[in-house]
Amino acid sequence: MRIIVPIKQVPQSSDVKMDPVTGTMIRSGSVSVLNPLDLYAIETALRLKEEWNATVTVITMGPAGANRILKEALSMGCDEAVHLSAREFSGSDTYATSYILSKAIRKIGDVDLIITGERATDGDTAQVGPGIAAWLDIPVVSYVASVDITSPSEFTAERLIEEGYQQVQGTLPALLTVVKEIAEVRLPTLRGKKRSMNTTIPVWGVAEVDPDPLKIGLKGSPTRVVKIETPKVSRSCRTLVIGEELSTEVAVSELIEFLEARNLLGQEV
Amino acid sequence: MHDVWTISETLNGKLKQISFELLARGRKLADDLGVALCSIVIGDGISDEEAQTLAHYGADVVYLANDSGLASFECTRYANVLLSLIETHKPEVILAGATSSGRTLMPYVGIKAHAGLTADCTELAIDEKTKNLLQTRPAIGGNIMATIITPNHRPQMATVRPRSTKILEPDYGRKAVIQYVKYPDKVSVSTISVTGIRPFEGQQSSIDEAEIIVSGGKGLKKKDNVGLIEELAAVLGGEVGATRDAVDRGWISYPHQVGLSGKTVSPKLYLAVGISGAIQHLAGIKTSECIVAINNDEQAHILGLADFAIIGDLFDVVPELTRQLEKRNNA
Repeated sequence: MRIIVPIKQVPQSSDVKMDPVTGTMIRSGSVSVLNPLDLYAIETALRLKEEWNATVTVITMGPAGANRILKEALSMGCDEAVHLSAREFSGSDTYATSYILSKAIRKIGDVDLIITGERATDGDTAQVGPGIAAWLDIPVVSYVASVDITSPSEFTAERLIEEGYQQVQGTLPALLTVVKEIAEVRLPTLRGKKRSMNTTIPVWGVAEVDPDPLKIGLKGSPTRVVKIETPKVSRSCRTLVIGEELSTEVAVSELIEFLEARNLLGQEV
Repeated sequence: MHDVWTISETLNGKLKQISFELLARGRKLADDLGVALCSIVIGDGISDEEAQTLAHYGADVVYLANDSGLASFECTRYANVLLSLIETHKPEVILAGATSSGRTLMPYVGIKAHAGLTADCTELAIDEKTKNLLQTRPAIGGNIMATIITPNHRPQMATVRPRSTKILEPDYGRKAVIQYVKYPDKVSVSTISVTGIRPFEGQQSSIDEAEIIVSGGKGLKKKDNVGLIEELAAVLGGEVGATRDAVDRGWISYPHQVGLSGKTVSPKLYLAVGISGAIQHLAGIKTSECIVAINNDEQAHILGLADFAIIGDLFDVVPELTRQLEKRNNA
């Protein structure tokens, strides 16, 4: 059984700059980490690896430094890593990104299961996972909170949706996007770290991925960012400090008056 | 020019709130473009009468696909229905909710239709000159607003943040043309089947569509104190939310987590109890209509985003608030 986990390097904090000309993110300068939500995809894959003796391959598309997050995944116990990096890939939106990843996954071949995080914390689109499934023409089961592989070709899963947990069953191959609830994430092991340090990760560019040049990079992306604005925070906070001069009771009744004035307490009264 | 479409959502044969919110967005765009507003309803057991309520809230045409195989959302089946409709009618714009189903269906269909897609938009408009759809969304944890266009691909697709717009005043005299979509053959194609639904434990329901959310953070100190915010949420008719801290400590379950690694919410009232306001949490609540903080620290970051704050001991303030609200409800 082969499991592929596409992962992404994201800026550590939410404090990122945008290029005002191209509207794409400027990644240089900020500290980059593995997208925290991808850890749950890696963990899920590693648990299935133990259960089914699967091979887990992590894959990322990103600049040279993104190599680090692949090593992190290897040190957690993933078996192989592939790094997609080429000048021609940069500026890709979710359409082009999911296309490039799907081409690379096809090249790896014989894939039973693809597991992604719910979304990346920087772009926050949650579109690349279902996009890969569409390019590969395999089913997608999103927001998975638990999964059981019941036979080498079948699985059951629960999706976290607005009304509760939707229960599904299906056959492999399939792509799952998983939520944080699915598992507690393990830490990298010392042995894993040593092994990852000694692993040379292959870098695949245009020659290896062999994409349609019209479907990659900025020119292969249907969407364009045309404007970036910093929203103004227009809230002004009324602050009541409870103390000798203001009792809890009075502060609370002022809050209720405030909420009533704003019509936030329903129709009664 | 072709039409503007919305993807309605149903539950047990009834339309969900997001369906009407999308019509409010779509009506404006369709009027600006001078085209019809159509709504796609995919499900099972949806009556004509129910479908006509879409007309009351702005739809001109309803495409109705009723089939037992479509009773609950399954991406491949829903995508097959939608893709066949797109192929036939070639819409200009498609809007869906930024919900668990919308955020799955749209990226899948977007690739198959070779369309551009923008996630979780909070503003939509038509560019007067180019007639392109201007899709504005918060990015980077809500720190910036990015406006995105899809200049050369049609349809232009967007998911829209739930509760980010008000529904239109209903006009009960309006009628829509209902077009029935037959789909018996391709529905069986999918290898995924939905077997059931397991409701959330306890009385709690989802925070995604809640008008009022009472959230707790580290300031609650221990799991036993979660009851305080549950009682307050109950008396307000709201739902319970939580910070990552409170979830990671096992006090409150993950479906309640608000913030960058949880849910982004836009309630009318967000009450933050014992929440200092980490940037990752604030990112999830920025589009709330009103934010109230109850905290013992006057320097807490949450105050930068709040409309009203009580600085005091939450273990005094919250029970007092619950008591006064109960009294008010019983009056």
